[in-house]
Amino acid sequence: MTTEYWRWTESRWTSPDIDWKKADIITAGVDIGSVSSQTVVMCDGELYCYSNMRTGSDSPDSARRATDWALEGTGMKIEDIHYIIGTGYGRVNVPFAHRSITEIACHARGANFMYGPTVKTVLDMGGQDCKAIKCDERGKVTTFLMNDKCAAGTGRGMEVFANLLAIPINDVGELSLSVEAEPEPVSSTCVIFAKSEATGLLRQGWAKNKVLAAYCSAMAHRVYTLLVRIDVEKDFGITGGIAKNIGVVSRLEKELGLKALPAKYDTQIAGGIGAALFAKALVEKSRKAA
Amino acid sequence: MLNLIKRLIISHSYIANYGYTDGSGDWYIIVDSDKCDGCGKCVDVCPVNVLEVITDDYDDLVVSIRAEHKKSIKYDCGPCIPVSGERDCKCEQVCEPGAIKHSW
Repeated sequence: MTTEYWRWTESRWTSPDIDWKKADIITAGVDIGSVSSQTVVMCDGELYCYSNMRTGSDSPDSARRATDWALEGTGMKIEDIHYIIGTGYGRVNVPFAHRSITEIACHARGANFMYGPTVKTVLDMGGQDCKAIKCDERGKVTTFLMNDKCAAGTGRGMEVFANLLAIPINDVGELSLSVEAEPEPVSSTCVIFAKSEATGLLRQGWAKNKVLAAYCSAMAHRVYTLLVRIDVEKDFGITGGIAKNIGVVSRLEKELGLKALPAKYDTQIAGGIGAALFAKALVEKSRKAA
Repeated sequence: MLNLIKRLIISHSYIANYGYTDGSGDWYIIVDSDKCDGCGKCVDVCPVNVLEVITDDYDDLVVSIRAEHKKSIKYDCGPCIPVSGERDCKCEQVCEPGAIKHSW
């Protein structure tokens, strides 16, 4: 049996302080990404519960499973939720969603909630794309750039390296920082080139942590070039799975000369939070009209 | 005038970069949603049918790049922006407010 080093930790959470039965508006955001799926449920704009799990091959099924898991043990049913918005790659494949909104708008809004209204630049490093977003103090997008053409600078690229080096993906960041001197980065334009380059370096006798360091800095440089295009402004926040990789984040901070805001929540749920907040605004709008 | 006030109050503007960075450079079509009024003239003149008018997340009509072209605009925009020869970018020329640009 082979060990799957790329496997990251799935999680779910419920707020102990909120009684959903007393909530006026219950909304949910279902973010079906290429790698991970999240369902976030919010009561009156407060985070109530969420789930974060891997996306299967079937998007509607992943949406259903993520939502069931988020609601597990809460006594809430899908019918109790007033409005559900789907987002992410699989947003049109959420059968129980009332509407879909692009992940760009959702991530900006989610980051605004997670990092506060001062956040101006959001970098979302997802499973198969990387988004650089600038937003205003209300979390509305003012500039965006999305790179989904190739895996360089994405979680998928990191999975490839975790598997290549047989290092569990959760340990990659820490380990990459354990090098004595920072090595030259590998190719930052393509994961496949980077992988073959890394294979060569391993043959030359490079230690695993040194190869990881070379890849993490290549990835940091890759997203740095995207951020430069849109002109980074303070404050700066990172969302998505790679935000959990300290090896990439710290190297990016160094290259930018700017510290990322500390994450108070699971960085992978930003899109789901944004979608749930959009849903809340839509419910309020329709109630006002009625 | 009313339209302008309406736009200032209700609509929400942003700059969208559609495209990608690869080993050969930056290839983006840049749309300023504040200037774009969704008239669709650029859609009509594009010989490759790269563009389309969509309703965005903030319920505004704005021009966007068709999904099937997003990862190949370097080549798809070739007829108007050839590697050698004159640049004759029809969508940029026809856009009166100057809302659409190419990064190369």
